[in-house]
Amino acid sequence: MCGIAGIIYRNGQNNGGHRIGRDMTSMLQSMKHRGPDSTGYALYHAPTHELTVRINLSDSSTPHDFDFLDNVRRRRREVEAQLRVAGATIRSTEDVNDYTFSATIDYHGELKSLADHVESVSHTEVLSLGHSLEIVKDLGDARTVANAYELDEYFGSHGIGHVRMATESDVDIANAHPYWAYPFSDVAVVHNGQLTNYHQWRRRLESRGHRFASACDSEIIAVYLADRMAGGESLEDAMHHSLEELDGVFTYICVSEDALGMAKDELAAKPLVLYEGDDMVALASEEMAIRAVIDHEIETYDPYESAVMVWNR
Amino acid sequence: MEPVTQQRAADEPQFDARGLVELNARVPRVSEIDGETASFDARNLTTRQINLELRWLLYEEGVKEVTVENPGARHSLGAGLLTRCRIRFQGSLGYFALGMIDGPEVHIAGRVGWSACENMMSGVVVVDSNAGSLTGAAIRGGDLVIKGRVGARTGIDQKGGSIIVMGDAGLMTGFMMQRGRQILCGDVGPGLGDSMYDGILYVAGKVKSLGVDCVEGEFNDADTEIIERKFRIYGLGTPPSFTKFVCGKKLYNYDSLEPSERKLVL
Repeated sequence: MCGIAGIIYRNGQNNGGHRIGRDMTSMLQSMKHRGPDSTGYALYHAPTHELTVRINLSDSSTPHDFDFLDNVRRRRREVEAQLRVAGATIRSTEDVNDYTFSATIDYHGELKSLADHVESVSHTEVLSLGHSLEIVKDLGDARTVANAYELDEYFGSHGIGHVRMATESDVDIANAHPYWAYPFSDVAVVHNGQLTNYHQWRRRLESRGHRFASACDSEIIAVYLADRMAGGESLEDAMHHSLEELDGVFTYICVSEDALGMAKDELAAKPLVLYEGDDMVALASEEMAIRAVIDHEIETYDPYESAVMVWNR
Repeated sequence: MEPVTQQRAADEPQFDARGLVELNARVPRVSEIDGETASFDARNLTTRQINLELRWLLYEEGVKEVTVENPGARHSLGAGLLTRCRIRFQGSLGYFALGMIDGPEVHIAGRVGWSACENMMSGVVVVDSNAGSLTGAAIRGGDLVIKGRVGARTGIDQKGGSIIVMGDAGLMTGFMMQRGRQILCGDVGPGLGDSMYDGILYVAGKVKSLGVDCVEGEFNDADTEIIERKFRIYGLGTPPSFTKFVCGKKLYNYDSLEPSERKLVL
């Protein structure tokens, strides 16, 4: 089933000063019944000059044995070395937990080369890369993940989230949403639905040099949009094309550094409720989630089939 | 706009191994009852508690008119009520609102989510705002009035009753409908009346495209009469002019012979 949600504050007011982490947690927790397997967030803080890179140092094939921590620490050192090899200057680092590593870096080269250097270290995955994007995803419900990553204190301008009920692939961090649009900075996607031409697109995109971190069909959307944007298209145009080229039933929300957009397939088979206020836009699989952050009566509606809508912050 | 945090951790619903929720819920008995009318605030009640409270009022306390404050867009509210009564929800409802009802007259001062009034047998439901997809799925009777717009597949598998939509409607409206009527005052999406068996669709706005075996029908006095009557009952003003769509009866075989019997006849 899966639940998706997104929130963006409009008109540039108080940019980066909203409690986006806490709001997303309220929205996602109220949709726990749509997917208790894992919860993920793509949150946007005020843009910085440096790049923030978040890295998962332990994929699901890493055994949790006595050597686990030693292995992770060794990988962390290798990742730092690879960042330097790629030409980045590390400004600061943070060990978010045992297996998540975050670094702030100065880097001006190609992001693909940077990501590939990091991922050349075995069992590591770049979760997100950008001037304002940070992706947090882990197993459990929204409350569990928000507590573990201290998201209640996360301030930003917009964000999206996902609660997952696994249907097509494993329950682990790599298969949790949101997906970073490798190798595009500051773009992330959450998706509710199934894509039926997944393998075609995966082969096509792999042959163009893109890497896939999971076996989840939703990752196609992120990489597909990135591929289109790399060809010079705007996010909105790429989303319009995705309706024609991706088969299946889907509603997805996609975010970039300064915009948030939604797209719905031509059968309108997956729900999305939309609230457009003067100062904010909130959207979610269920109205309940929107009401978790807005306490007065509001007017909401469901976008129609083949809808593509984009809002700027 | 100050967002509110939800503190649900302590009173979050409990599930058993089969996924059944709130096994030991009790009737909260929080309503203010005044003769045959009652009202209660649903803000701090769970879905099951709200429904239990409604049943208690209507079936045991002899109440005929209930006002529910702060329904909070929760799912499955008012499902399965089988008695004549009046209910007013002072806010939006979530998915599967008022499913399988038989008798109630309901006014929703807000919107409804997907699958509102699924399989309604009789009664009246008036929604002040929008509705999600699958509105009035498989209804067999009663009137369903949506004053805003509806999502996709409105009245899928409709077997009777009337659905009146004042705003636009999404794709495949009246998909596989078998009887009853829909009065659609706005524009409708692609695939109107796809694979319908019978029934009537009245459309005042633009039709993006017709579905398989849906054709334009001949508008007659009976059509004008029924539309005007519905508009009068629900105070919807002067009806616009409508185009009528019906089943072309080409897609299905309507004789009563089994395929093997037909072979013998031919």
